[in-house]
Amino acid sequence: MKKNELPQDESPLKDFTREVCYVKNEDGKYETGLSEGWDVKSVALNNAWEEIERRTQDAKDKVLKGEASPVLYYLELHLMDLPVLAGYTGFRRWQIKRHMKPSVFKKLSDKKLKIYADIFEVSVENFKHFKI
Amino acid sequence: MSEFKHIQTAHCENGVTVNLLKQQGLDFMTEPLAFGIGSGLFYIHIPFLKVNGGPAISFRSMPGAIFSRTCKSLDVKVERKKFRSHEAAQLYLDQKVDDGIAVGCPVGVYNLLYFPKEYRFHFNAYNLIVYGRDGNDYLVSDPVMETTTRLSKEALEKVRFAKGALAPKGHLYYPVQARPITEEVLRKGIVRGINRNVRDMLRIPTKIVGVRGINHTASKVRKWREQHGERTAGLFLGQIVRMQEEIGTGGGGFRFIYAAFLEQASEILGDDRLLGISEQFTKAGDLWRDSALQMAGIYKGRITAQKDFDDCADIMNAISAAEKQAFQDLGKLNLR
Repeated sequence: MKKNELPQDESPLKDFTREVCYVKNEDGKYETGLSEGWDVKSVALNNAWEEIERRTQDAKDKVLKGEASPVLYYLELHLMDLPVLAGYTGFRRWQIKRHMKPSVFKKLSDKKLKIYADIFEVSVENFKHFKI
Repeated sequence: MSEFKHIQTAHCENGVTVNLLKQQGLDFMTEPLAFGIGSGLFYIHIPFLKVNGGPAISFRSMPGAIFSRTCKSLDVKVERKKFRSHEAAQLYLDQKVDDGIAVGCPVGVYNLLYFPKEYRFHFNAYNLIVYGRDGNDYLVSDPVMETTTRLSKEALEKVRFAKGALAPKGHLYYPVQARPITEEVLRKGIVRGINRNVRDMLRIPTKIVGVRGINHTASKVRKWREQHGERTAGLFLGQIVRMQEEIGTGGGGFRFIYAAFLEQASEILGDDRLLGISEQFTKAGDLWRDSALQMAGIYKGRITAQKDFDDCADIMNAISAAEKQAFQDLGKLNLR
């Protein structure tokens, strides 16, 4: 990439940083340049976020319809997957999967609910009754 | 220790390596040198692992490899610590920074508060330097940032003990007093880094790694539209581009860093043949960017026919061929 081809598109990097890129200068030698962003990347990132929002909305609908427990919603909201949530809670993946069933969730002890609630940064009350 | 001097780099681990080694008096160290001596250029389509149901690809060697290989090649001793207890992790860190030793920490990005929200995923192979403290704050040098920054005690603890794949577990590392590096040691380090990189990209006998790995991904790209539909297939392509170009990963960018490394190496080794091969890597880097542009056409919804997916795959096949040729030529130089 030549120095004058370095993209300078507005991106989520704005007010955060500019990226160092290795580019060729007029003499054909490498030097570093700073880029404000590249539209190709911003759109990919943007799409990824739209997908996250879609999944979170899906999870919310499922909880409201009684098809899943709030664990699923907060897992999506915090961009987690089972291994990550297992890491934070100390529960096994299969346990978390069970906790996602409303029937099992209803019977969870306050102690277990608190473990989840702390990680999801909500109160046990709101978590239990899905007040968001 | 001298005053901490922050140096911004394209990639976090290169940056930590450069910053920490300069701190030890290795003034000649640059990002391309660290990357090349550490044999950082790589490609792997990670099997069995899915990220959001899509592919997991890495364009660089294993996290931590660049730092440890570079230090080893230059005969710099490294001290490392892992902790179970959060208190012990913090006490040890305090002791080091109070002694004036800057340390590298792998951290999770999700709770890295100075990052914009858009970049905060559960990605744990990120590295930064802690070089001091001030009240409840730690002074942080994050190599992708233009300036130094700060994290509160609580915020730093959170990222040092992030969970999930490659959990950092409070790990920290720093080089111990390096001996002056002779020209000879530096030359050997460069040659060793090059030869190891040739091996990693050409001779690991599996189809998911190195230049063959790129073709492996290409063959998957050809099938995605049929298998997953346009929308999901587009998201997968976006994921490749993000892993390739985004902060903390930087695939296409890595090819240019490697080209810059060969340019510097040619000067240090006094070997002009490396300049020609540097040019080949520049072309590979340009091709990676072409492929990202083509993929963007798809996930922007502008072009979504099977032919467009095939075009992406064709560019990837061309990249694989270009990098294969470049590494073969590098191997044929028989550098010693």
